Amino acid sequence: MTQAADLPVWAALLTSFLVLLGAGFTVVGAIGLLRLKTFYERMHAPTLGATWGTAGILLGSIVFFSVLQSRPVLHEVLIAVFVTVTTPVTLMLLARAALYRDRSEGSTEVPPPVGTDGAAKPGGQV
Amino acid sequence: MTRLLPYPLLTASLLAMWLLLNGLSLGHVLLGSAIAIAASNVTAALAPAKPRIKRWYLLPKLVAIVVADIWRSNIAVAWLIVRPSHSRRVSGFVVVPLELRHPTGLAILACIVTSTPGTAWVEYDSASNRLLLHVLDLVDEAHWIDLIKNRYERLLLEILA
Repeated sequence: MTQAADLPVWAALLTSFLVLLGAGFTVVGAIGLLRLKTFYERMHAPTLGATWGTAGILLGSIVFFSVLQSRPVLHEVLIAVFVTVTTPVTLMLLARAALYRDRSEGSTEVPPPVGTDGAAKPGGQV
Repeated sequence: MTRLLPYPLLTASLLAMWLLLNGLSLGHVLLGSAIAIAASNVTAALAPAKPRIKRWYLLPKLVAIVVADIWRSNIAVAWLIVRPSHSRRVSGFVVVPLELRHPTGLAILACIVTSTPGTAWVEYDSASNRLLLHVLDLVDEAHWIDLIKNRYERLLLEILA
């Protein structure tokens, strides 16, 4: 990116900070995917990349291109909206599939269906 | 008015998206409006549940709370991942009885719960209106039930009414 040389120092620092912040959260999320033990715990780790990982990189992009083009560049907001709205779909699909598999295997580590009265009491720790 | 704009919020969002992608000019306002109106009329065939938003002024409050919570739990979960693994941590399932029944409200709640690292929406039963959550750092069950019910659900109930 040759235009990057035209960027004032404050904008360059802010952009680098935001991009590194986003990349940092994303890599920690990826490490979490490796380090955590059960499927349900692992489900939480990539959320880091989908929230502040994405947000940091997108904010960096907004700052970079807004300063460079001297006008607000905001279409990155759309990426944030679409990521936020679509992540639950994937996550629920995976969680429900895992829950279905564990229940049909008769695993004692997952709670019974919440619809039945047997699950009235909260609990079922892993 | 209602025939032309069955979903005014959807039409407005589509127009906003068009202008964000293509830049603000009279031509794009006209073209974007035409596309937004046509697209929202096509969507009407699916008859999605129409949210009745009563208290607009509470929406920024909800957004602010959620953004702050996402930031905090990002740091909390990042710390859980990078700290030495021999420290004790319990994760587990929590059953949350809900009052919210509106499909749009539940969809927003699902986005909030899923976007907050450390909590995951696992199962929802519409007959008993109970939600099964998985919590990464389950210190106190009552704390998480309280968080969902008092921090998010009550605001959503007030907004959608």
